Amino acid sequence: MSLPRSSHQLLARLARQAAQALAHLRALGADHAEVRIDHGHSLAATVRDGALEQLSEAQSLGLALRVVVGGRVAAVTTSDLRADALAVMLARAVELAQLAEEDPLAEPPPPRALARRWPELDVFDASLARLGADRASRLAQLAEAAALAADPRIVASGGAMCSRTINHSLLATSGGFVGPSATTRVALRVQVIAEDAAGHKRSGHYWSGGRHLQSLDPPEVVGREAAQRALRCLGAAPIPSGVYPVVFSPEAGAGLIGLVAGCLLGDAVARQRSYLARRLGTRIASPLVTLVDDPLRARGPASRGFDGEGRPTRRRVLVRHGELLGFLLDTASAHRLDLAPTASASGGGGLVHPSPSNFYLQAGRRGPRALYTGLRRGLLVRTTLGLGFDPGTGHFSRGAEGVLIEDGQLTRPVAGVTLSRNLDELLQGIDAVANDFELRTAVASPSFRVDAMTIAGA
Amino acid sequence: MVGASAIDPRAADRLLAAALASGGEHAELFFEHRRSLHLALEDGRVRSVGAGVDGGVGIRVVAGGAVGFAYAESFEPAAMLVAARTASRIARARGSAGPSPGARGRVSGAVAEGGRVVPAGVDAPAAEFAAILRRLDAAARAASPAIVRVEASLAAVHREILIAVSGGPMIHDVQPLLRVSAVAVAQRGQRREAGSSGGGGRFGLEYFARRSPESLGQEAARVALVNLDARAAPAGNLPVVLAAGDAGIWLHEAVGHGLEADFIRKRTSNYSGRSGVVASALVTLIDDPGVPGGRGSIAVDDEGVVPGPHLLIERGILRGSLHDRLSAAAAGLPPGGSGRRQSFRDAPLPRMTNTWMAAGDEDPADILRSVKLGVYAARFSGGQVNIAAGDFVFALTEGYLIEDGRLTAPLRGVNLIGNGPAALAAVSMVGHDLQMSEGTWTCTKDGQNVPVGVGMPTVKIDQLTVGGTTLAGGRT
Repeated sequence: MSLPRSSHQLLARLARQAAQALAHLRALGADHAEVRIDHGHSLAATVRDGALEQLSEAQSLGLALRVVVGGRVAAVTTSDLRADALAVMLARAVELAQLAEEDPLAEPPPPRALARRWPELDVFDASLARLGADRASRLAQLAEAAALAADPRIVASGGAMCSRTINHSLLATSGGFVGPSATTRVALRVQVIAEDAAGHKRSGHYWSGGRHLQSLDPPEVVGREAAQRALRCLGAAPIPSGVYPVVFSPEAGAGLIGLVAGCLLGDAVARQRSYLARRLGTRIASPLVTLVDDPLRARGPASRGFDGEGRPTRRRVLVRHGELLGFLLDTASAHRLDLAPTASASGGGGLVHPSPSNFYLQAGRRGPRALYTGLRRGLLVRTTLGLGFDPGTGHFSRGAEGVLIEDGQLTRPVAGVTLSRNLDELLQGIDAVANDFELRTAVASPSFRVDAMTIAGA
Repeated sequence: MVGASAIDPRAADRLLAAALASGGEHAELFFEHRRSLHLALEDGRVRSVGAGVDGGVGIRVVAGGAVGFAYAESFEPAAMLVAARTASRIARARGSAGPSPGARGRVSGAVAEGGRVVPAGVDAPAAEFAAILRRLDAAARAASPAIVRVEASLAAVHREILIAVSGGPMIHDVQPLLRVSAVAVAQRGQRREAGSSGGGGRFGLEYFARRSPESLGQEAARVALVNLDARAAPAGNLPVVLAAGDAGIWLHEAVGHGLEADFIRKRTSNYSGRSGVVASALVTLIDDPGVPGGRGSIAVDDEGVVPGPHLLIERGILRGSLHDRLSAAAAGLPPGGSGRRQSFRDAPLPRMTNTWMAAGDEDPADILRSVKLGVYAARFSGGQVNIAAGDFVFALTEGYLIEDGRLTAPLRGVNLIGNGPAALAAVSMVGHDLQMSEGTWTCTKDGQNVPVGVGMPTVKIDQLTVGGTTLAGGRT
């Protein structure tokens, strides 16, 4: 890793602490253990109405571990790393494990399955350490000012915030794995309120950010986009109930793709709590749908060279042209399902669970406008609201906001409607995927269109 | 930290003085120590067991209405001093020339004790946790041979806080929290449906003397079995009867958030600038931190203020909002007692505690009888609100069709959507059966989670949008 010397020193210190904890756990009778120590430094400046409203800065240090004693598993976390306090927690972990029942699937990965090297993922920007309170406040002020100046109908600011975090973490296992990682993240976000002549308010929110300072859009761009998002919702009203073709924007689409990811997690599948549990090798979506989990993308928001159990990660296609090829599995869920692990264990130290990394719907070829130019009547959904989803059955029903499509044109803003269709049918009904893909969030999507959904509205 | 004397008042004075060294009107130290224990049972086996310890101090300096915030994950004097100096930077950033004349960098008087000390569930032997969950599991399975899976978990948290405010007292409180939850899965043929139940509050394991583990298992099984027969819900605008208890989450989303004073102050709430009639005259709404055992109950808020009940809406008239110290100062009011935070790592915000609607006069059976075609909303999984517009949405985990005043078919996949003020105006009947929800509600705001309680009598709303899949009259 091309890290500054201070990072190497910090990671070496974390590695020594983790090794001591592992040695201590072995002495207490643990057969296997995973220890993760996280060190973070965060800074955030919030500005409202032009003035600095809050400045926060802190360093954090915490330890999480999982221990296996005679096939019994326990996990503990602590923020108190003083030697005597830590010794108490390590003993507590071993003692708690006696209460768990023997779990033959709690086996750690064999040593040969552990990662020895991993690619450089470019997720650390050393220059972010120099982004101090003054500059962060200035960026937030510029973004907020641009939003407030964008239009006279922008009447209030919910605030603008510029934040950055620098994290170092070390995962060490008694199987001999030692995995250091260093990541940075910067974000600039703005929220403003637009109000129409009748006094109806609509809020608009936008953020820009990433692993590197360069990934930040200019503050004026962030502010103007937040203002546009508030303005375009003014006058939003329900449309008549009916069945409509629906185009999902990349952000709304990512929400749906995240639901699919949740149904592909080994835990949900092994517990039969996913409607996809028994569908391996079958068509679960339209041929336009290819879903990828790619932990190795440079600068990705959820990139990881090794998983929470120390296995090496790689890119996987989970759904190819609509066919379900695999699930996201840690060691335990893979054993339960009699499948090969996919190095999808999240976190590490503490209890591990499968989780997606950078998970996305692969882009299609058409421009996003082409998704609605041919529609006589439809809805472009930009935001979904609420929790209406049952992973066991796939039943989906959520609130939605967006804009009405009439004769291929975006005509009027829509809010106060719900959107329903079973996720299984919805994925089969995807009839167009656009090319506007960007990996801004860990779960991401381009725009896509669903042939029909039930809308309840006016 | 153990006990009110864990932090020496002179040590607190030194930190407060350092926090105010560059200026500022007010500083506050929030010491927190949290221990947790949890155990999960899956198909009758202990699947996971874990424990956690977390502690530190959050330090806040208020200078010219702006906040400097820092925390230390330790009670070591050197680390806490670094945090105090970091928080003090806000004063320089706001151009302060030095310490404010009125600011007092020390505490006054002895340490006060907040609430009654409650048994700590976290200190019970973990084997007792397992025994309780096994009883729950067995009762869920015994409910029907169709129950094919049961998962249950029990978590106890022991939160101890000590707050020192410049020029004010030190106050100590203990806030235990117990949470039990269960999921049962029922299967008939190829169809599988889940049901859940939950409980807990500000209790230790003595909670299970009031509510048996068996009843929680039976409840999860009952909902799963009901859902095996559920059919697609109607889509469109219908009268909705909200059942007593759980439906209080609707108030929390539809009105409660909009009355949190930070949103009002920023003019980002749909209630900003509103006064007078904001709801049907049948609606009286209270946020009450004193509900015995309630998940949201607190004897002291996270800014060291002893809270009382807040009357928010009285017979349809807007009466108040929820303030923390900052929003109260901006409005020229005394501190409101509604300042809450997830942990010492977070600055406090105005938050709800237990939010409920006062009982009315109607018999719940009469409310049902008044509906020709509508939806009965029995249990909820949660909701969300767009605070600027007031639009809310919430999802049902148990709902029924009402036909000719009677509950007929159970419904699946129901979502209710509406606008807060419009729905409050459409409240046409309120039952006499006020009930606090047993649900394990957690409220998220600005990324911070705090436990809350909700309560409600049976209520009829003349019209809400029901987001099902079956269109009335086959309209397209």
